[in-house]
Amino acid sequence: MKLALLADVHANREALEAVLGHARERGSDRFLFLGDYVGYGADPEWVVETLMEMVGNGAVAILGNHDAAVKTGGDAMESPARTVIEWTRGQLGAEQRAFLAALPLTWEEEGRLFLHAEAVAPRKWSYVADGQAAGRSIRSTSCRVTFCGHVHKPALYSMTEMWGSVSEMWKTTVFRPVAGIPVPLMPQRRWLAVIGSVGQPRDGDPSASYAILDSTRNELTHHRVPYDFDVTGEKIRAAGLPWMLAERLRKGL
Amino acid sequence: MMHGRVQAGQTVDGFLIGELIHQGGMSTLRKVTRPDIDRPILMKVPKIQEGMDAAAIVSFEMEQMILPRVTGVHVPKFFAAGDFSVQPYIVMESIGGNTLLHKLDQLPLPYEEVAAIGAKVATAIRDLHRQHVIHFDVKPSNIMFRPTGEAVLIDFGLSRHDQLPDLMAEEFRIPYGTGPYLAPEQILGVRKDPRSDLFALGVLLYFFSTGIRPFGDPKGKGQLHKRLWRDPVPPRKLRADYPPWLQEIVLRCLEVDPSRRHPSGGQLSFDLSHPDQVKLTARSERLRRDPWTTAIKRRFNPHTEEPVVRNAASAMQVSTAPIVAVAVDLSGGSEALAEALRETVQRGLERLPDARFAIVNVLKQHRIALDQKLDEDGQNKHLMRLVELRHWAQKLDVAAHRISFHVLESPDPAAAILDYAETNDVDQIVLGARTNSMLRTILGSVSAEVAARAPCTVTVVRPRRQLAGTETAAPGDA
Repeated sequence: MKLALLADVHANREALEAVLGHARERGSDRFLFLGDYVGYGADPEWVVETLMEMVGNGAVAILGNHDAAVKTGGDAMESPARTVIEWTRGQLGAEQRAFLAALPLTWEEEGRLFLHAEAVAPRKWSYVADGQAAGRSIRSTSCRVTFCGHVHKPALYSMTEMWGSVSEMWKTTVFRPVAGIPVPLMPQRRWLAVIGSVGQPRDGDPSASYAILDSTRNELTHHRVPYDFDVTGEKIRAAGLPWMLAERLRKGL
Repeated sequence: MMHGRVQAGQTVDGFLIGELIHQGGMSTLRKVTRPDIDRPILMKVPKIQEGMDAAAIVSFEMEQMILPRVTGVHVPKFFAAGDFSVQPYIVMESIGGNTLLHKLDQLPLPYEEVAAIGAKVATAIRDLHRQHVIHFDVKPSNIMFRPTGEAVLIDFGLSRHDQLPDLMAEEFRIPYGTGPYLAPEQILGVRKDPRSDLFALGVLLYFFSTGIRPFGDPKGKGQLHKRLWRDPVPPRKLRADYPPWLQEIVLRCLEVDPSRRHPSGGQLSFDLSHPDQVKLTARSERLRRDPWTTAIKRRFNPHTEEPVVRNAASAMQVSTAPIVAVAVDLSGGSEALAEALRETVQRGLERLPDARFAIVNVLKQHRIALDQKLDEDGQNKHLMRLVELRHWAQKLDVAAHRISFHVLESPDPAAAILDYAETNDVDQIVLGARTNSMLRTILGSVSAEVAARAPCTVTVVRPRRQLAGTETAAPGDA
């Protein structure tokens, strides 16, 4: 069973199309989306439509902070993000807005936890930016493996579990995944995988980022997929959104 | 996480458990069999008891992660693994024979034997590094030999794969490893430099050739740190007949700053296999340690550790420290080709500062045995060729330790070059294309055969050919 994990699509149609094609070519039989379908990008309607169709066919989608902000307003956000959320609200139909509002905050299956930000207080949208934050999240759940997004930089954290518990004494291992190299998620450890961003990578590599979990082999593989960010950037400019949102896609920052 | 003891006669996941062959501190090894596997195999089972050190578990996980990812003659073949939820184990190929540990009561060994062992182990290390793995525990008890002669590295419990998470980094009690063999950067907690394995091999070479461990058998942090500021006694002080070339190699391995060691296992193996080509420096002449005052200054200098940490490189670095064999054929009389080859080599020298260049020429030999007079003649030819090669290389701007010269004798030049590349673990072959089409028709193309059969990248150099009948039209025409 191959489960494709996609996070932070951010209304980037070109990147999502490229990633879906890449994941299907590699035999993904299921899709799980880790939140933030809208915001920053100029194609919220197409992306949400695509998502609704995929969820209708068995995909799982969970809530991200940008998706939540479509309903609640972007008051807590920084300026370009807030601007785009206000614009996005006008782009989406009632049905699409209702779909986003009804998304679950977390999802659990087979001992795995899926959410957008982190497990201590999922609704606070804190970032798993380092080993300490990852350790706190790992210790707050009984699930062996946690998958999240929100950071826009792929990372893999792990911790030893002994006699059923994870000690405060042990450090978390931090790892920057290498694209295309499967990592065995050793079953006696606790893991937290931050999946990179499909639509707005921020680790210096502009190509779209996602991962595939092979649940039979228990291996996680991060992937990078090139897409035409000039087209995406042009749409962002044409929509009158802040030009720096187009510019950063070229640099992956 | 409760595990029954694995006992003879029991079956675990289809493996029939046989006799106990090794009882270590962290694990046990037993012979096992399975009907569909026709070679000798072993099962390694960690000793795990309530309240024990997490390091034993982490180390076993690390080996479970890495062993399935490595292949080839220099590692035991992986067959199966069982996880901690039922019964943790690893099943791997049994190499047979002894580890190098059994040599310890015969030390010191003859210099040639030490160099031969060292060259084989360095080749194995090189092979592992090429597969993105640093062993981090190279020592006699982790080295075995196949009946065919290749060194095999065993026990990957402290290893690191640079494309996989480093689980040992979690451990709070750094450093993990074997005291006498730990590289200075490992002692400082740096787990990323492949040259740490070359340091460990240097300790082994020193020990095997003198009978004395260069840094003793230190216990505790302070004693371990001593090698950062106190240099070992030069082997030549311990054994008066110690060859300078071997001291050069061993002391280079034991450099505190990793950037002063050999850039790769391949280059170390090359030096150990070609004593006459080792560039001797002040290291080879050293007869005593640095004075105490110098050592004490180093000890209390707060900056002593800086270059060790700063110059530690990642595993990817070894791929830029290749051995390049340049096959130079001076018989064609083509100065243009000789020049083109030289230019290509010069560019490589500049672009790959850690690369090493072996300049090779094949002296064609007839297949029949030679009589005395012909043999002398052959000797002269051999020396003459070396002189010619050095002359060819004179115009290159290169440090002496990066270049060496070799005349191979063979009736078949292509076979000789290929054989050289194979035995010396060459990463790239550079050779010229014969321009004289007449000769090529009669003799066949050496470059084509080498390119077709080489185990590595081949670059064929040809001076720019002027195309006939394409003179440009004079200006004003048309």
